[in-house]
Amino acid sequence: MNKFLVPVVLFFVLVGFLFIGLYKDPSEVPSPLIDKPAPQFSLPMLNNVGMFTDKVFLGKVSLLNVWGTWCFACREEHPILNKLAAQKIVPIYGLNYKDVASEAKKYLETYGNPYTANAFDENGRVGIEWGVYGAPETFIIDKKGIIRYKHIGPLSQKDLDSTILPKIKQLNNEAS
Amino acid sequence: MKPRNFVLKAFVLAVFMISLVASAEPITVAPQYEERYHSLLNELRCLVCQNQTIAESNAELAVDLRTEVKNMLEQGATDAEIIDFMFNRYGDFVLYRPVVQPKTYLLWFGPFVALALVLLILLFFIKKQKQESSAVLSQKESDQLSSILDKTNKK
Repeated sequence: MNKFLVPVVLFFVLVGFLFIGLYKDPSEVPSPLIDKPAPQFSLPMLNNVGMFTDKVFLGKVSLLNVWGTWCFACREEHPILNKLAAQKIVPIYGLNYKDVASEAKKYLETYGNPYTANAFDENGRVGIEWGVYGAPETFIIDKKGIIRYKHIGPLSQKDLDSTILPKIKQLNNEAS
Repeated sequence: MKPRNFVLKAFVLAVFMISLVASAEPITVAPQYEERYHSLLNELRCLVCQNQTIAESNAELAVDLRTEVKNMLEQGATDAEIIDFMFNRYGDFVLYRPVVQPKTYLLWFGPFVALALVLLILLFFIKKQKQESSAVLSQKESDQLSSILDKTNKK
């Protein structure tokens, strides 16, 4: 019995590591921007009316959703964003990332526009400031303009109910 | 294969090939920066194809990050400034060589600890075996020994 104890224990330690590994998504890289102020930037609006700057985030809790018409997963989450926008809980700002303006406008006409405003990041330069590496990505920004949470990949109703909405509620209760 | 299916496949393949050609377009750097440019690219990981550096990857992000490195070099940024820039936006993960910090001790030193442990265990067993083989007599040996002792005692 004693002879087998060490290998058996080692075996279960290994199984434990592998089991935890099963539930980790290596494509989700933690962002160093959490709890840091939103990067300073200024971009044209997608609809060409004025400029979109990081000042827009001050004074309220808001979402920034990184999307593009070329991104299939963005289309997948689009109905969820539409639904969330209709509830008027939180303004959703869009960062239209590496896209063609005319196509992006057409996309919003076709599938609905959940965005309060859209920044047009044609060459992806501002995307780099935000550490974007794959759309869709969604940031939650608090009243002071500090990034508090980042969701990588398409949002599902489950993501909203379990993390996004509770987080927004919590941040709404914080002093501005 | 249905003809429509074939057209679709041909189209997808064509798009794929075009995108390959487009992304493989090299970025030219002024000769005085070339060496630093290439060594920096090999230090930075592409976040899309995670086992590649941004020098190797053809992902769009890698192309963008290469352009960013090039622009920063031409604006006179130091290597450390460029690495910091990437680190502040993309985190530990962007560094192809992990930083030595408490979180990565297991990664850096784990193999050496395991090796030391295995050597210790090996040493322990070798020693044990030696002791056993020298201390314990076989049945024949002990019979011989007792017969010799008997003889000497009788004398």
